[in-house]
Amino acid sequence: MSFAIFGIPIQAFLGQLLIGLINGSFYALLSLGLAVIFGLLRVINFAHGALYMLGAFAALLLSVYLGLGYWPALLLAPLVVGLTGALVERSMLSRLYGLDPLYGLLFTFGLALVIEGTFRYFFGASGQPYPQPSLLSGGVNLGFMYLPIYRGWVIVASFIVCMAVWLLIEKTKLGSYLRAATEDPILVQSFGVNVPLLLTLTYALGAGLAGFAGVLAAPIYQVSPLMGSNLIIIVFAVVVVGGMGSILGAIVTGYLLGIAEGLTKVFYPEASNIVIFVIMAIVLVLRPAGLFGKDV
Amino acid sequence: MNRFLTTVAAFATIAAGTSAVAEISDDVVKIGILNDQSGVYADFGGKGSYEAAKMAVEDFGGNVSGAPVEVVTADHQNKADIASNIARQWYDTEQVDAIMELTTSSVALAVQALSDDMNKITVTTGAATTELTGAQCVPNGFHWAYDTHALAVGTGGALVEQGGKKWYFLTADYAFGYSLEEQTGKFAESKGGEVVGSVRHPLATNDYSSFLLQAQASGADVIGLANAGQDTQNAIKQAAEFGIVQSGQRLAALLFTLSEVHGLGLEAAQGLSLTESFYWDRTDETRAFGERFMERTGSMPNMVHAATYSAVTQYLKAIEAAGTDATEEVSAKMHEMPVDDLFANGASVGKNGRLYTDVYLMEVKSPEESEGPFDYYNVLATIPGEEAFISEADSGCSLVSN
Repeated sequence: MSFAIFGIPIQAFLGQLLIGLINGSFYALLSLGLAVIFGLLRVINFAHGALYMLGAFAALLLSVYLGLGYWPALLLAPLVVGLTGALVERSMLSRLYGLDPLYGLLFTFGLALVIEGTFRYFFGASGQPYPQPSLLSGGVNLGFMYLPIYRGWVIVASFIVCMAVWLLIEKTKLGSYLRAATEDPILVQSFGVNVPLLLTLTYALGAGLAGFAGVLAAPIYQVSPLMGSNLIIIVFAVVVVGGMGSILGAIVTGYLLGIAEGLTKVFYPEASNIVIFVIMAIVLVLRPAGLFGKDV
Repeated sequence: MNRFLTTVAAFATIAAGTSAVAEISDDVVKIGILNDQSGVYADFGGKGSYEAAKMAVEDFGGNVSGAPVEVVTADHQNKADIASNIARQWYDTEQVDAIMELTTSSVALAVQALSDDMNKITVTTGAATTELTGAQCVPNGFHWAYDTHALAVGTGGALVEQGGKKWYFLTADYAFGYSLEEQTGKFAESKGGEVVGSVRHPLATNDYSSFLLQAQASGADVIGLANAGQDTQNAIKQAAEFGIVQSGQRLAALLFTLSEVHGLGLEAAQGLSLTESFYWDRTDETRAFGERFMERTGSMPNMVHAATYSAVTQYLKAIEAAGTDATEEVSAKMHEMPVDDLFANGASVGKNGRLYTDVYLMEVKSPEESEGPFDYYNVLATIPGEEAFISEADSGCSLVSN
């Protein structure tokens, strides 16, 4: 093949582009949840990685104890995690709304440590395997790479869910209530809208998205108590690059940074875990509000 | 007068009573098991090593030279400073006589040096670095189980003989990864193999598909995973997903034990090559030990657990033979006495503190081959201790030349 980009054969280049897109799918799902929670609740949700881990474990436990397979888990596990999120928000997080955002950050960070520690105690650090659904096992040869079908499914599922959430918040009546409630909660309350309930639903939605990403990740990564802590920092960088609170920004940036990271793994693998932070630093210098953020 | 006599008699009785254990400091032998119990190596050694140490004490009868034996344990969180603080506190205020296990090389080196300063014995079973019995060796520091050299000889050397000529490495981007890659590559080459490429990935990478595609494209026979813990697990799992083993390439995990294979499951781990110095299903003795360990922990022992059992046993035997728990005498006996137990068969301890015991090249069974839980390995080759570990003379340990 004479065709090459920066000395990399075109096949390898396309393969890495696709792999970047797959990782970007996870970043998009997770950063979307973070952006929703931050945008509407002004809470910096450090428990997001732990909620993602809970999603994966929920799928695993549903399969071990109830014999439920991947497809029911894909629906049930996000519900379980969303419900957990709602309980956390109602019982604890909602008490911190009037305070400095730092309290929310510290609370969710502590919560993440407690959840991860508890799971480590019961399930050990090396985690458990979760099988691929048989419908999606195997792979197809795309000519430039061997694509496991499951990875293709991750891209599709993540894209559909991201778009659905974006439409829900930007285009529906419920979404407009949500956005209005963050602008002026007292006014919205006076129109007879139950604002505390809206906020609980928002946190549950963010948590459910993390849980969904966790179920999607379970057949690819080892389901372990620490799986979320590796990811959470990267996802925060994605949100910052996209613009804190920008829903569409979080989605688009998630995919873009996944691709940037994938390509770095070919050109200079050692830098692949910092490239996102380098981009974040550059963006913060040039556009402090983020790529899609509104200038403050 | 009568009263005076009674007092003398009473004192004499007390003196006689204590004389039986007079040679044991503080009238108790205390062994500290210091390792990672909450981080990435919690299943590699962890609580299992503590349990193995307690089993060794119970099998010894719970007493040595008339003094009771106790085992204490703590989590060092893979941090050398935390480990050193715990070790110092154990020695200073809690009468601990020896510290063992010491997973993670940085911790093992720090605690071994500290123990040398305080004239105490350490036996490392959980850490990999050859430095412990090489340039940084100390008179009363021992290294049981395995090291990076043995892993390299086992997986690198023996696998080439099994037909894996061309190697590609997936290497964790830090000192441990480099040294594993370098040593394994060296042994592969010495047996006629060839290293066709390598890629370095950051520590704690989640997704290996990009690196695996590069390895796949390299046309290598063997993909060597010069990393550890969860990194290796994720790489293996994703290699299965991308059909790497099925398409004829072989995966070799350079540091991987039964505990990690169990965590990963045979579906993903089948066909994997790895090196360990212990397998529970090898002899009647190892099977009996394995089953007892299983009853107490719910899991079969790996080489770190079995080596900890062996190390505690050797330490207690040495105290009995020396009749004291004084460091020099016990250490001398530990060097002198051969080690023959369920872990090591007719093994000897070098002047550098290295236990020269056999290591095994294993292949992970497929789910169809496996006949039950923890029936995971086919033993492909046995590598004698003298070949597996660096010889005393070449170790670079200053104690050897004297």
